[in-house]
Amino acid sequence: MASFLAGRMAQSLVLLVLVSIIGFAVLHLAPGGPMAQFALVPGMSQAQLAAMSHAMGLDQPLPVQYWQWFGRLLAGDWGRSYRDSVPVLAVIAARLPATLELMVAAVALAVVTGVAVGILGAVRRHSVFDALSTAGAMAALSIPTFWFGLVTIYVFSVKLGWLPSGNRSTPGDASPWGYVHHLIAPACVLALVEVAVWSRYMRSAMLDVIDQDFVRTARAKGLTERRVILHHVVRNALLPMITLAGLELPTLLGGALVTETVFTWPGMGRLFLDSLGYRDYPVVMGILMVSALLVLLGSLLADLLGAVADPRIRLG
Amino acid sequence: MARPAPTGPVLDVRGLSVGFADGRAIVPAVHDVGFSLAAGETLALVGESGSGKSVTSLAAMRLLPPAPRTRVTGSALLRCRDGAVRDLLALPDAAMRRLRGDEIAMIFQEPMTSLNPVHRIGDQIAEGLRFHRGLHRRDALKRAEGLIERVGIPDAARRLRAYPHELSGGMRQRVMIAMALGCDPAVLIADEPTTALDVTVQAQILDLLKGLQRETGMGLVFITHNLGVVAEIADRVMVMYAGRIVERGGVVPVMTEPLMPYTRGLIASVPRLDLRGGDMVSIPGTVPDPRAPPPGCAFAPRCSHALPDPCDAAMPALDEARAGHLVRCRRWDAIAAGDARGAPVPEVVS
Repeated sequence: MASFLAGRMAQSLVLLVLVSIIGFAVLHLAPGGPMAQFALVPGMSQAQLAAMSHAMGLDQPLPVQYWQWFGRLLAGDWGRSYRDSVPVLAVIAARLPATLELMVAAVALAVVTGVAVGILGAVRRHSVFDALSTAGAMAALSIPTFWFGLVTIYVFSVKLGWLPSGNRSTPGDASPWGYVHHLIAPACVLALVEVAVWSRYMRSAMLDVIDQDFVRTARAKGLTERRVILHHVVRNALLPMITLAGLELPTLLGGALVTETVFTWPGMGRLFLDSLGYRDYPVVMGILMVSALLVLLGSLLADLLGAVADPRIRLG
Repeated sequence: MARPAPTGPVLDVRGLSVGFADGRAIVPAVHDVGFSLAAGETLALVGESGSGKSVTSLAAMRLLPPAPRTRVTGSALLRCRDGAVRDLLALPDAAMRRLRGDEIAMIFQEPMTSLNPVHRIGDQIAEGLRFHRGLHRRDALKRAEGLIERVGIPDAARRLRAYPHELSGGMRQRVMIAMALGCDPAVLIADEPTTALDVTVQAQILDLLKGLQRETGMGLVFITHNLGVVAEIADRVMVMYAGRIVERGGVVPVMTEPLMPYTRGLIASVPRLDLRGGDMVSIPGTVPDPRAPPPGCAFAPRCSHALPDPCDAAMPALDEARAGHLVRCRRWDAIAAGDARGAPVPEVVS
């Protein structure tokens, strides 16, 4: 167990360094740069711009810039935002809770709904419910998240007026219900694709298990069908779902980026897009590293949970 | 633990037929099978793969997929603990579920896959006891420990907490037996319980089943295609071919004087060390397709004694050739007479 964890840590560190190098290179490949913003300031001279660029170290060759950024990161200095000089960690820390709130809500919704739909679809194979859920999943997978978000706003906010069209809360209203009210629409939009994915995987995992010999043994014991399904089939079908949860994290983060933008959700995804527009390199790199860390931690957690849930797996 | 002295059979199967839905057609798998089983008796059900022996037992346990995917007719009368005789094929689902695993139990061929990989052995054995006897988990586990000891697994207290993958094939089959015997059933159906095991382990499991049967007086239906095992364990033998009974009788007459050419072929095809040259005897051809059965005797296309006139004309009836010895063959007496003259032996294929 300890050797497994040590191995995974080392692996993760290497991955993080690789992600940072690739991210840094791709970021600087994009045309324009942080100076483009300052060039718009009235009365800004070329000499002043060059001086600023030099002060920020942007006139150095790229590898040197990377090395300097990396060295500071190792020392715990994530840098400051070019826009308002606020430390990067403070900027991210201010936005991270909103993103986590949205993701946790969407995952909970997607797992519960997706698993339930998958179980019912497998148990009542070829029923009307199964056909409808299959068609629904295909539709959900083909609808772009931003479009579904806009339609949701149009129907539930503009036409019906049931749900707020954006933001995490109404200023001056700190009640929990206010937060939940704002969370409903973006969480549902973000969860939609995941529900489709989860229901399809769960259905096929159930069908893999339902014809196995040990299910017949359970029936031969005289158990109720309900207990056979829940205690013997579902328990086994959930095992591959744990791995799936780890694999789905990056997709979810990508979806959060779009959803946050559509719903003006004050999370990390919107911060990322804004910072990208400004070429705010330190913030973009900071978000990249935090997201990569979240994904790696998520997949590590999934592996650990998988080993706990399946007695045949021994880590080491 | 022994049950009261037998008065009539514990299990009486009559006119059992099973068909599987294939599109709109029903493909027949088992035709008009009947047998009875007394307490403490062992009936061996013999036949090739696809002969309908497993389907027969699964139908009696009501473990086949429900209608309309299958069509089951006939009756399977089980004499229960309370003395009442119930038709397993006519009971409502819930009532059948209460008997299944309690009064009639079944063990399967594949001990490697027949246990749930994510639950502990103890819990899997205790599950039936909790369900049928309403025991609490602790009491059920206590009983499970006793059962594990009884089926000859050492270190029972520790094994209780083991997972299936931590046990060998033979140990897992012992666990299956412990599971099936938990509620002290009147009838145990064992579907090729030793086929997947090493020969030495096979013998141990057979001894265990015989010993447990002596203790409990349960009736045992033993499904196998291994005639060596039949001679070892059975009191009576029922041979099936293409979904029909083709021969039924006491183990000694059927094994020593088989009347049906198919049974004779099966017995002849048991590899023997004392046969010179090492030629392997086998029955040529394969089991007929149930969708397109031959017009007459189902075995005629593979039978070296078959004649167009009686054999291909119509399906022979199951006749009582001698007292208690039934055979489905038009020519059994002619064939037996031919034996006396020292004529045809089954075909030899090198």
